[in-house]
Amino acid sequence: MSLKERIEGILGRDLLELTEFRGDICVEIPKNRVIQALTMLKEEAGFDFLSDLFGIDNLDLYTKAKKKKKKSEDDEAQEPEEKGPPPPRFEVIYLLLSLSTNERVMVKVRVPEDDLELPSITGLWRAANWPEREVFDMFGVRFKGHPNLRRLLMWDEFQDHPLRKDYPLEGKGEERHLNYDIA
Amino acid sequence: MSKEKGLETICITTGPTEVGDYVTLNIGPIHPAMHGTLRVITQTDGETVISAKPEIGYLHRGVEKLGENLTYSQFLPMTDRLNYCSAICNNVAYEMAVEKLLGIEVPPKAQLIRMIMMELARIADHQVCVGILGVDLGALTPFFYLIIQREEIYEIFEWHHGARLTNSMGAIGGVEADLPDRFHEKWPKMRDTIRRANDETDSLLTHNRIWMDRTIGVNAFCGDDALDWGFTGPMLRACGVRRDLRKDEPYLMYDKVDFEVPVGKHGDVFDRYMVRMLEMEESVKIIDQAYALYKELPDDAPLMKKMPKIIRPPEGQIYHAIESPNGELGFFIKSDGSDKPYRIKIRPPCYMVYQAFEDLVKGEMISDLIACLSSLNVIAGELDR
Repeated sequence: MSLKERIEGILGRDLLELTEFRGDICVEIPKNRVIQALTMLKEEAGFDFLSDLFGIDNLDLYTKAKKKKKKSEDDEAQEPEEKGPPPPRFEVIYLLLSLSTNERVMVKVRVPEDDLELPSITGLWRAANWPEREVFDMFGVRFKGHPNLRRLLMWDEFQDHPLRKDYPLEGKGEERHLNYDIA
Repeated sequence: MSKEKGLETICITTGPTEVGDYVTLNIGPIHPAMHGTLRVITQTDGETVISAKPEIGYLHRGVEKLGENLTYSQFLPMTDRLNYCSAICNNVAYEMAVEKLLGIEVPPKAQLIRMIMMELARIADHQVCVGILGVDLGALTPFFYLIIQREEIYEIFEWHHGARLTNSMGAIGGVEADLPDRFHEKWPKMRDTIRRANDETDSLLTHNRIWMDRTIGVNAFCGDDALDWGFTGPMLRACGVRRDLRKDEPYLMYDKVDFEVPVGKHGDVFDRYMVRMLEMEESVKIIDQAYALYKELPDDAPLMKKMPKIIRPPEGQIYHAIESPNGELGFFIKSDGSDKPYRIKIRPPCYMVYQAFEDLVKGEMISDLIACLSSLNVIAGELDR
């Protein structure tokens, strides 16, 4: 049985989407079933090693797609913009690895901008500790149940989330407001 | 002012200050025993470590954010600045990740040159780690034996691509130059000198009574915990788990060479030292075999695949990992079809190791904390990115 079929069989209804690109399998699971789905993958599918955990901001992808659409529509009659909820802006990806079969799978969870909260998986793998802090630091996604959810790389007083696509590359000048006593 | 405030808040959250007469000791970020810009806030009872909270981010340069604003080729020199002890491994890891994204395979000669250079970088990295571990524990002599050999390796790098520390070796699609002529004369001699330096180090340290007292049984760690914490590389192998990406998920031509994966038993500082020492031997073996394979190829075999001037991979996302000297070094790249990566995530090996630092040193002496830190080989550039 191939890996795809195995994952499909184990996740069942929790599997929203399965994509494959260059041999890397990426599965999408619903946001409210993160713990359950990852536990199933860990215990039933044998993905017992958390390789990494990180976030992605999809803001630019959507604006680009919109622009492209608009360009093609400009030639024809202008249609009113489609309404409805915008697609979830953030993604959190869990990279899992099976130590016995050396197979890898990416597990993707979409996180909308108005509900930036995910359950922490530090109970499943302690390795998720710092990566979750980093995702909070860089994207602002909060992890419920994390033992110590503080900023990891930026300093504690920092307000923004630098890896978001709307944060400028050169920063907003926060370092100027640090008042160190330089004797 | 705010800096002091920050320290205060961190100290309050570290542990039961109100309970006993623990002393809060702040080590780093600038301290001779701290490698790079690491900082550990410890609570000590006498000389025993009650808690140790690592604080990172002092070398955070936003490499991932920069990567989103550079083209695929421009990002290559950024990868040198991750693990600067073995920059070539970072270069090759990144190049291979982009090549996987593009779906191309580089010519066999380029693969072998990459392998030879990567193994040389691995030897250099391990030499620094073992040497510094000795220095931190008071054994200065082995450091010189090893660092002289490292200098020779850097000479080869200089001949091949002109740089010593920040190598930026190769390009997406292959390597830029053939092995230098001087390499062919140098390698047979160098193989012996590397082995001799290792033997000298071994004779000075391994059975040394002081060395054994300082390392055996210090920070022993069990394999299950190590896997739970996401350890990879020599740290994991020292705990007795035989896992090496060169064997388990072979890339380049590692499946065509024959080598052993040394493993430890107790996961203590001594085992980490021994695993690194034995890995250097294996690396010499790998270079010998890769060099023999290289010799079989014709002189005019291609080094580069023909690549477009501007690389535009198709939309998609991939993750590719290699075994760097510290463990699994992975690059996740998401492409939106443009000439710049949409998102680059680097999975540094020592990031996962260093987050378990408190578990490793709790209940040990402060001097063992220093020994532990040196044996982890945490590189701040890679840790903070």
